[in-house]
Amino acid sequence: MSKEKILDAALIILVPFGLYMAFIYAPVAKSLGPNQKIFYFHVASAWISFFAFFVTFCTSILYLMKDDFSFDDIAESSAEIGLLFCTIVLTTGPVWGKAAWGAWWTWDPRLTTTAILWFIYVGYIMLRKFIDEDSKRARFAAAVGIIGFIDVPIVFFSIRIWKNTIHPNVVQKGGGGLHPMMLHAMFVALLIFTLLYFSLLIKRVRLARARRRFAALERAS
Amino acid sequence: MGYFNTVFCIFRKDILEEFKSKEVVNSMLVFSLLVVVVFSFIFEPGSDMKNEVVGGILWMSFVFAGLLGLNKSMMTEVQGGNLQALLLSPVDPSSIFFGKVLSNFTFMAMVEIITIPIFTVLYNVNVFAGGALTASVFFLGTYGFAVLGTLFSLISVNTRTREVMLPLLLLPILVPVILASVQSLNIFVLGHDHALAYPWLKILLIFDIIFTAVVFAVFDFIVEE
Repeated sequence: MSKEKILDAALIILVPFGLYMAFIYAPVAKSLGPNQKIFYFHVASAWISFFAFFVTFCTSILYLMKDDFSFDDIAESSAEIGLLFCTIVLTTGPVWGKAAWGAWWTWDPRLTTTAILWFIYVGYIMLRKFIDEDSKRARFAAAVGIIGFIDVPIVFFSIRIWKNTIHPNVVQKGGGGLHPMMLHAMFVALLIFTLLYFSLLIKRVRLARARRRFAALERAS
Repeated sequence: MGYFNTVFCIFRKDILEEFKSKEVVNSMLVFSLLVVVVFSFIFEPGSDMKNEVVGGILWMSFVFAGLLGLNKSMMTEVQGGNLQALLLSPVDPSSIFFGKVLSNFTFMAMVEIITIPIFTVLYNVNVFAGGALTASVFFLGTYGFAVLGTLFSLISVNTRTREVMLPLLLLPILVPVILASVQSLNIFVLGHDHALAYPWLKILLIFDIIFTAVVFAVFDFIVEE
């Protein structure tokens, strides 16, 4: 059995286990009630989107150094998965925010930075679609992948200065007073989402390679 | 040819070309003044609310005019293959890039020097209440805009959609520059303690230094064929 198959089989078992941990094992939150369940998916998605963009950042640098298209394929695939999870973060966030703070959106550094992050990587993916030449696309996209990622902490700090009024800080507040069983469920969710990320990445990279081979064949004929 | 000599030669070429055609600065200037006038419609004439938004209006006019100018300035370079020819010459490619940054910075500065007094008259506010601090905000903000703007305009003119990509790539990444410049101008206009502007100046300085270094490091790799 290939490594990919083992990963997929593990996910088939682990995803229902994760749902069990989030919905049945973890106790219902006192003040927020069942609304809080979205937390496990929200936090795990946020982690994956940051991790995916970090992978894009690293492989962009590697592509520029080594000039090897396999790094470009990983950068592209990872950015796309990152954007998907970033979209999940931005949709689950307001749902949770409405229940927890009574507002869909606050201009909190975390929220605003995530929204900017989303725009940066939408730009990244659009740019890739609009350049036809392979090596040009890879080089320019790598520049955006590197600069975009370095920009994120600066965006975060500048928005923190802007909003020095403290908004409810979910993660810090939650991390301090989180029930141990909730913490277990959260770590399981983080682990499963990470495995899911790698499973999606393997498939998406294979697709990118197939596309590249197909384009080469088309040019040759 | 030395590094700074190349930078200066590119800069001189752009300035001479601009003195002849006057295309970039004139279109930027008219657009920036137009934004200043059109944005005045968001509040009632003479309303006190204006003091809280004028910094934003002034910077938006520079940002929009800058986007226009960057595209124009890079298009002339790419059409006819001038940039390709420059990159083939035996000089450091990043020196050509920083020459373009310097000329884009100068074009924007020229627009700012004309727009700011007219803006002051129209809105009856003194953005220069911060003195040297205000000048630093304009200097650092414009440089940050020019350095990433030049890089992204080079990228966007190479796409199928040409100038459409520039604002989509540039604006999200420029959030720290826009936020810092607008907020520090507001501090000066509203007459708050000028020390409040220091964190914003720090952000601008950090942004400029980091991205100058990053672009300097990666530019050679980005343009090599």
